[in-house]
Amino acid sequence: MDYGLLVMGAPYSQPAPHSALRFAHAVLARGHRLVGVFFYHDGVHNASMLMTPPQDELNLRDAWKALHKEHDVALDVCIAAALRRGVISQSEASRHGHDAFNLEAPFELTGLGQLLTLQQRCDRLITFAS
Amino acid sequence: MRESEDLLVIIRHAPHDSNWLREGLDAALVGAAFGQSVRLLFMGQGALALCREQQAGAPGQKASLPTIDMLEMYDIDQLNVPQRVLDDLKLPLEALVDGVTPLSERQVKALFSQNRPILNF
Repeated sequence: MDYGLLVMGAPYSQPAPHSALRFAHAVLARGHRLVGVFFYHDGVHNASMLMTPPQDELNLRDAWKALHKEHDVALDVCIAAALRRGVISQSEASRHGHDAFNLEAPFELTGLGQLLTLQQRCDRLITFAS
Repeated sequence: MRESEDLLVIIRHAPHDSNWLREGLDAALVGAAFGQSVRLLFMGQGALALCREQQAGAPGQKASLPTIDMLEMYDIDQLNVPQRVLDDLKLPLEALVDGVTPLSERQVKALFSQNRPILNF
């Protein structure tokens, strides 16, 4: 079965990202395909490359990155929700006159249309919201 | 690819309760812009988004009512709220914007039992 995930909870504030990651690995372990993860609402903070938890805690951004590397899972981030919350790529930062950026590949800033496309492509879209 | 393109967007948060309402409505608008037939269901506190004559939020917070008012321009004319929610919140239908259709428990159940994509906010 093809799965997609919608993550709307912030890292270290809500259990949603941890739950989504565990679900992602469970889906893959059972032989299903995970097509992509879409980050929306406060979930966009998962993409921040500046997150620096203590060394004995899971770095959620690195965990998503590993998921992409090992299983070729697309990591799409809603551009409107991200920019509003200060999560921004290098090209968007320069376009808006900022000196710094905190989002880079494999995360991709994209439109909400990508969420709807993911939902249409997958047999199941599972939401992790809080 | 699914056969049904009838998207159900569920709003469960009141206006100004974080950005849930605004970003939920954005998803509905994009669905409509992508040619999907979109139905909005306002549940729980989400029904408060439909109150007519509501004001903007705290200083600097953008009002959400103008977005609700322009949904029809995007062909989103199915605005539903369970009658039980209106009863719980003591909201008469006249207190809401035009074009809202209350649903019975049975009708709400039927919405969920149909095979359609759903987004929850």
